[in-house]
This record gives sequence, structure tokens and C-alpha cells, in this order.
Amino acid sequence: MTQLQPMAEFPFYFFAFLTVLAAAGVVVNRNAVNAALCLLLSFMGMAALFVLLEAYFLAVLQVLVYAGAVAVLFLFVIMLFDVKGGDPRKPYQKVAAVSGLLALALLITGVLSLAKHSQLTAAAPVTTTVVGSDLKDYGYLLFTKYLLPVEMTGFLLLIAMLGVAMLGRKQGKETGASIQEAGGGRPETGGRRLETGDRRDSLSESRVP
Amino acid sequence: MIFSLSSSIFHFPLALAVTSLPAEVGINHYLLLSALLFAIGFFGVLLRRNTLVVYLCLELMLSASTLAAVAFSRFNGTMDGNIFVFFIITVAAAEVAVGLAIIVALFRLRHTVQLEELTALKH
Repeated sequence: MTQLQPMAEFPFYFFAFLTVLAAAGVVVNRNAVNAALCLLLSFMGMAALFVLLEAYFLAVLQVLVYAGAVAVLFLFVIMLFDVKGGDPRKPYQKVAAVSGLLALALLITGVLSLAKHSQLTAAAPVTTTVVGSDLKDYGYLLFTKYLLPVEMTGFLLLIAMLGVAMLGRKQGKETGASIQEAGGGRPETGGRRLETGDRRDSLSESRVP
Repeated sequence: MIFSLSSSIFHFPLALAVTSLPAEVGINHYLLLSALLFAIGFFGVLLRRNTLVVYLCLELMLSASTLAAVAFSRFNGTMDGNIFVFFIITVAAAEVAVGLAIIVALFRLRHTVQLEELTALKH
């Protein structure tokens, strides 16, 4: 494609095409489970690109958090809902055309601005020190320069955990009447990740005597 | 088609720089890939009608932006972009948990996740 030597650019193009194809699979797949699996493949390709960028720790983190936790959580929820894929019932040709045009305009704008104002092309050297591979640097920076963001992120994780616990609760008496009349009387099929253990305990306790 | 078109636009001003570079994929390749992934995710957000798939595409857009941040950090020779992406991944995990909990609550309330049926604010 370019004048670059094929040996050096082959892994980049391989993983780039893998990532882009998997991302396109997320968009075009009618089945939501297949879309989530394509997203997982795209995350794996992006982790490989992180390896090529010598950010090894972030590659491991991408596999662990995104491909491990996020994609599995998505698959869990999709299989919990048992919805039929969610493809549009009638073809959204106008919407598809407009959104495709918008996405293409976004892409063209980005590429043109990149081509016009790319000042980093001359400053794309072979950096002698590998910056992203040293875990000691991570630890040092996280506990000196970025100490406040670390604390705030920990607090954010706590808040997110409490929020998910609140959202996943069974609707009590403090919720609105419309929620009760819409969701009341139906047997709970699932969706509560945090309370099933308690309910199972209470069930087993009620069965024991 | 899109890729070949944009790369032909993209490589034209880059041809001078490419010849002087060592045999290496530069930052612009990564930025182009990031923009492409972002556009694909944007397309999916606009096009799809399932809330879960829209959320998947949002995650794709977020991940594409982290790729650009890592590429900038690598070619700038500093660690700060990597730290930034570290925080982004942490926050994204929390965000996915909360968002999926909201979608589960929505499904429990309305028994659908199709966007064209969630028109409570329209009426």
C-alpha cells in the first residue's frame, strides 16, 4: 500500500484490519450476541495494537478489563434479556444513509485535519527508551503525580458499586407507584446480580425447617 | 472502500515524510485507525435500534479514543498518555457496570430494549 517495508508494517496492518473488521461486525450484526463477540474480538485486536505501541501494561489491562469483564458483562446481560437480536423490523434506509453520511463526514474531517496539520510526522522517531513497558514508572507516577486522580477513581468505583447495588435492587416502597404497577406482580426472572445470593439464602432457610 | 479512499487522501501529504522515516508505522497510521474505529462506532450508535448494541458501539468509540491517546503517548515519548488511558479504562469499567444496571432496570420496567419503543418523553 505504501513505500514502507512490508516486514515492519505487517503486524500493524494485520491487527488494524482485524480490529476494523470486528468493529464493522459489531455494527452490521443482527444478533446481539454476535455483536458482543465481535466487540470482544475488536478489543483483542486493540490490545495487540497496544503491544505494538509498546504499552504492554495497557494491553494486559485491555484484555483483562475490556475483553474479560466488560464483554462478558455485556454477554451476560444480552443472554439474560433473551431479546431477538434487535434488528430493525422495517429497514431504516433513510436513517442508515444519514448516519453513514455523518460518520463518513466525521472520518473525512479527521483524516483531512490529520493530513493538513500533522506536525508529528517529522517527530515520529524511534524512541530509545520504551516508555510504556516499565511498571515501576507506573507505580511511581500513580503515587506521586497522579495521587489525587487515583483516590478519586477509587471513590468513583465505590460510588459505582453502590449505584449498581441500588439500581439492581428489588423495587421497594420508596419507589414510584408507576414502577410498582408496571413491574409488580411479575415474577422476577433475573437481572439482579447482587441480591440473588440473599434470596437464595432466604429460600434455603425457609425450606430447611 | 472507505479505507482505501481515506488512505489515498492520507498518504498523499505523508509521502515525503514516509520516505525519510525508518521502516516503521508512524503515528498517523494509528490516528487514522482510531478515527476509523470512532466513525464505525458513531455509525453504529446512529444506526442501531437495540439499546445494548448502541451501548456496545459507545464502548467501541471510547476504546478508539484510548488508542489515539496511547499512540500520542508512545510517539511523544512520555508516560502521561498511558496513565491517562489507565484511568480511562478504570472509569469505563465502572461506567459499563452502571449503564448495564440502568438498562436492566429499564428492561424490568418497560420489558423492551428497543429504542423506537422507548418514547415516553416524546408524548
